[in-house]
Amino acid sequence: MDFIIILQAGVASGTVLLFATLGELLAERSGVLNLGVEGMMLIGAMTGFSVAIKTGNPWMGLLAAMLFAGVISQIHAFIVITLHADQVVSGLALTFLGTGISLVLGEGLSKAGTVALLPNFSIPLLSMIPILGPIFFTNQSILVYIGYLLTPLAWYYINRTRPGLHLRAVGEYPSAADALGINVFLTRYIYVFVGGMLAGLGGATISLAVAPGWFSELTTGGQGWIAVGLVIFAQWDPVRAAVGSYAFGALRRLILDIQGPTILFGAANPFYYNPYWGFFLQMLPYAFTVIVLVIGSREAIRKRLGAPAALGNPYIRGERGK
Amino acid sequence: MTKIFQSEWMSHLVDALLPVFATLAALIIGAIMLLVLGVNPIDAYAALWDGAFGSSNAFAETLVKATPLLLVALGICISFRGDVINIGGEGQMIIGAILATWVGLNFTDLPGWLVITIAMLAGFFGGAVWGGIPGFLKAYFNVNEILSTVMMNAIAVQLMNFLLRGPMIDPAQAEAASQIPQTARLLDAFRLARLMPPTRLHFGAVIAVVLAGLVYILLWRTTLGYRIRAVGQNPHASRYAGIQVSRYMVLALLLSGAFAGLAGAVQVYGVNYRMITDGSASGFTGSAGFNGIVAALFGGLHPIWSIPASILFGALLVGANKMQRIVQVPSALIIALNGLVVVFVVSSEILRKQRQRKRLAVAKRDDELPPSGDKQIQQAEAGS
Repeated sequence: MDFIIILQAGVASGTVLLFATLGELLAERSGVLNLGVEGMMLIGAMTGFSVAIKTGNPWMGLLAAMLFAGVISQIHAFIVITLHADQVVSGLALTFLGTGISLVLGEGLSKAGTVALLPNFSIPLLSMIPILGPIFFTNQSILVYIGYLLTPLAWYYINRTRPGLHLRAVGEYPSAADALGINVFLTRYIYVFVGGMLAGLGGATISLAVAPGWFSELTTGGQGWIAVGLVIFAQWDPVRAAVGSYAFGALRRLILDIQGPTILFGAANPFYYNPYWGFFLQMLPYAFTVIVLVIGSREAIRKRLGAPAALGNPYIRGERGK
Repeated sequence: MTKIFQSEWMSHLVDALLPVFATLAALIIGAIMLLVLGVNPIDAYAALWDGAFGSSNAFAETLVKATPLLLVALGICISFRGDVINIGGEGQMIIGAILATWVGLNFTDLPGWLVITIAMLAGFFGGAVWGGIPGFLKAYFNVNEILSTVMMNAIAVQLMNFLLRGPMIDPAQAEAASQIPQTARLLDAFRLARLMPPTRLHFGAVIAVVLAGLVYILLWRTTLGYRIRAVGQNPHASRYAGIQVSRYMVLALLLSGAFAGLAGAVQVYGVNYRMITDGSASGFTGSAGFNGIVAALFGGLHPIWSIPASILFGALLVGANKMQRIVQVPSALIIALNGLVVVFVVSSEILRKQRQRKRLAVAKRDDELPPSGDKQIQQAEAGS
């Protein structure tokens, strides 16, 4: 077992979570909880793969994945922003809808063959750094590098720019934002759309780069839900979101790879000789998510940090805000 | 007076019909999707109807599918009324089924009725534990229960895969090369009675309907139910009233999980007579843990209305298989349809609330005004 290789693959698999988590983070910062991430990721994975096969161009697939997932997210946006409906229930409905649509349209896609993938490359100089170079900058998909750029960009955007300030205002105190002339409804629609596009990008990252192909709902395997959990762990901060995403990505890879070798740490590998023990390993990401949620929630209480104040509440003009 | 009566009656009727409109709207969008797929929607829906209600056997299958949906939905009524969101029905079903199966495989000397009773209680208990953990984490560690219940689903699936391939595997399969992940079969004496042989309709359906009545009594006729609902309506006011809010949150999730666990036990003792997995949760549960949520929401989170709602979604699931065979549309279309139904139910709920608010406003205005003639009432009606 080569830990460098595992971490290298872990970074790639963490990129999937990173996109989905950042998307959800932006939507939640505007005050809209969208539990449909899993559904939108499936839409993205299916659309990306099928369009890439039809056109032979993975970039077209990526674009279509982001657009379709973004459009689907607008159903949720309309229901919760304009109709003021319950965000939890609507988000669940979006998960059902996205799963159903992607399974129907993806029927037969798993046997559709291979597809031209997005390019992998190494970054000169940076890849020469010992340990970090091979893990982060050697033979990674271009999407991984996009992920590196997106994280600081998102942080800067939210915390240091005027539109970012508007975003935070809408999420924290929509009636004040409204009084200042910020269009609360439009802002929320936009960030739900951006969140949907990023979830779709996350899905397409799986099917076009990290684990190419379409394996029905197993393609995402609950990563959309983990992303929603990571947002809480990240306390709505992009940098913490990135740390959490890469850590989870590495964990997922480690679990896959630990079952391969016959000898582990100089002893017979129990997971190789008793394959069904491996199911305990596969519980770990989910168990860790629960643990991470416990830690994140406790810390949030202690530091009085928390969710955007208006998260989950519809904004109705003229009604007294919370 | 009769006019007021009529108009209220009318608007209640409209309220009651909203779910029907929601279903119709979902079916229309479904028809558009079918057209996109190049299938005649009328043929597809005819096959769906035929598969669900076309024969006594088809209808019995619909009820067989509706049974776990109803049991899960009853639990959902309790938890959602207490404002705790339980998405963990799948996992709770699995844990309930595992415990119930274990009972059936280990107490082979006891009489059938006793084993079935213990097994149902074991299922209830297993689901309660699996729902209680997220409840505890929410009440005392402020952990979002939506996420923790989803994670508990995934953990339960892997536990099931481990047990059914390892310690609990059918001894015959353990020796065979195929190694199908399933437990041994339960004794014939341990099966829930069939109600309409040769169809598969079993006694579990009766259990579910009786429990629907009991959950209604629990929620609206007992202190426990009152407190769960009070906490759901307004936790702060409940706290001032001396209700221990966190305790009732745990209880709501625990009870909710218990009903899902029972659904798992009923599936084993009424339908499969063993546990078998294809590695995913839906391989065992048929996604009843999720679809039960849809049924409960459709039934307005009311245990009695959840009965017809469960039958409707049971019919959709059974009919979808026939639709898949006849017009070659993936039965996953039903998952999308379920999502659409929820979308429309949630949206129409808002319409209902708006009209209710208007009705209240009108009533208030009428109260404030001195007794008035027909004219003003008519105006008020026109406004509502």
